[in-house]
Amino acid sequence: MDKIEKNLLKQIADIEKTPMGAYNIRENGKLAGRNTTANIDIVTKKDKPGIDIIIKPNTKNESVHIPVILTQGGLNDLVYNDFYIGENADVVIVAGCGIHNSTCNTAEHDGIHTFHLAKGAKIKYIEKHYGEGEGTGDRILNPQTIINLDENASMEMESVQIKGVTSTIRETFANMGKGSSLVISERIMTTGKQTAKTIFDVNLNGEDSSVHVASRSVAEDDSLQEFVSNVKGNTKCFGHVECDAIIMGNGRVISDPKIEANDVDASLIHEAAIGKIAGEQLIKLMTLGLTEKEAEEQIINGFLK
Amino acid sequence: MLELKDICFSRDNKNILKNVNLTIDNNKMIVITGPNGSGKSTLAKIIMGIENPDSGKIIFDGKDITKLSITERAKMGIGFAFQQPVRFKGLTVKDLIEISAGNSIKVCDACDVLADVGLCAQEYLNREVNSGLSGGELKRIEIAMLAAKKSKLTIFDEPEAGIDLWSFNNLISVFEKMHDDIHGSIVIISHQERILNIADEIVLITNGKVEKHGPREEVLPQIFNKVKPCHKIDKNQKCNEGRA
Repeated sequence: MDKIEKNLLKQIADIEKTPMGAYNIRENGKLAGRNTTANIDIVTKKDKPGIDIIIKPNTKNESVHIPVILTQGGLNDLVYNDFYIGENADVVIVAGCGIHNSTCNTAEHDGIHTFHLAKGAKIKYIEKHYGEGEGTGDRILNPQTIINLDENASMEMESVQIKGVTSTIRETFANMGKGSSLVISERIMTTGKQTAKTIFDVNLNGEDSSVHVASRSVAEDDSLQEFVSNVKGNTKCFGHVECDAIIMGNGRVISDPKIEANDVDASLIHEAAIGKIAGEQLIKLMTLGLTEKEAEEQIINGFLK
Repeated sequence: MLELKDICFSRDNKNILKNVNLTIDNNKMIVITGPNGSGKSTLAKIIMGIENPDSGKIIFDGKDITKLSITERAKMGIGFAFQQPVRFKGLTVKDLIEISAGNSIKVCDACDVLADVGLCAQEYLNREVNSGLSGGELKRIEIAMLAAKKSKLTIFDEPEAGIDLWSFNNLISVFEKMHDDIHGSIVIISHQERILNIADEIVLITNGKVEKHGPREEVLPQIFNKVKPCHKIDKNQKCNEGRA
């Protein structure tokens, strides 16, 4: 791997050497490395591009890294990855895509990830997206995450778009079983003329299921972001959606949080706040010795941390 | 250390500060007191550079700082604790204490400043300074930040507001400890007698002017003699008397 590819892996999956445990590295639409363990199998799909990740029941303290990197302009990489997490397994899955585009052609990766968590299974899923490159070609990422949680399964999803992605539409669909829990934390930063749209569609079908969606975003320059969520409480359940955005320059943010209570015992909350950095926050940090620009950076970095 | 010369400040056709002259010497504990709306907080903001005077000069350590920015004044050694502390989504107590200290502070030192204001570091260090914290907790964190900053001149704008009675004695010992440790001057805007009692000097501001400034022993009795006791309502007076 060259320096550019190594940097992309570092940015999206914090990988500097060969990762521990199971991994599957995809580079420019092809397999670049794979490892399986006694409990985690990775199998190439036969009917379409992508892989099946099969995790045995009761697997604990193991991780799977499945990063994707693109360094060729003009490539549109579509991939279907299905995760089958066995009963009572407890694992960490690190995905993400980094694009380095030094051409004038578009480089695009659309990853469609479907999670099937069996009873009592628990995962932490980290997904980072990043773009770079001196070319004028667009860097596009359109990830889709489909989540199916069986009884008492739980998933924590951290979705981060660091920077450099020209346009993205990020869709997450979840079907929640009895007693299951889903916590989603999203961080997005857009600059220049970038656009980002995120959609969360959650069906709380199982009794005592719960979802918490927290989205924080910063739209700088002339960028545009849109946040759409639709949480449906179809039984006794709890849902909380929180969308906070900071706008700077001519940045624009549209927030469209929708909650739908279809059962008298559904308890649903949504909160949304958009605004520029409060003047008093800047002043406070300046009284501690930071310049206005440093104060702004601190606030943004903290907000997206 | 600090000299205010003929400071005037008006807003919306109201003269808030009228030719304020005030000198604050090194290593002093000064309490500025006075009625609500007398201009105390405005004066503090003018010293920090948050507000700019219409006329007059501010001299700090022999240098004219009237035109300097907030940041420059902070770097020269002026600190300011807000009356209503600011919340930050995403920044933790540790982040703010580190920024205050000007570099990465040792965890044990950060723990010490939090312990001094009655907060358990283990519980608070990694908490976000957001709406999850109460007003009293924010106030204590604000004071801890200033203790970490170790400024030559630290101004506290009504630090007792929002602090419960149980913590009040601790608050006073925090100021005394800061005064001993930093060997700088501390200016506290306060109405509280217990805070007035720890001052080396007291400044009384009324109606935008420095009415009295001197050693506590001199000024304090004059302040208390000035306050007229509130008259009692005549029991025979009709309850609805004076209603519109």
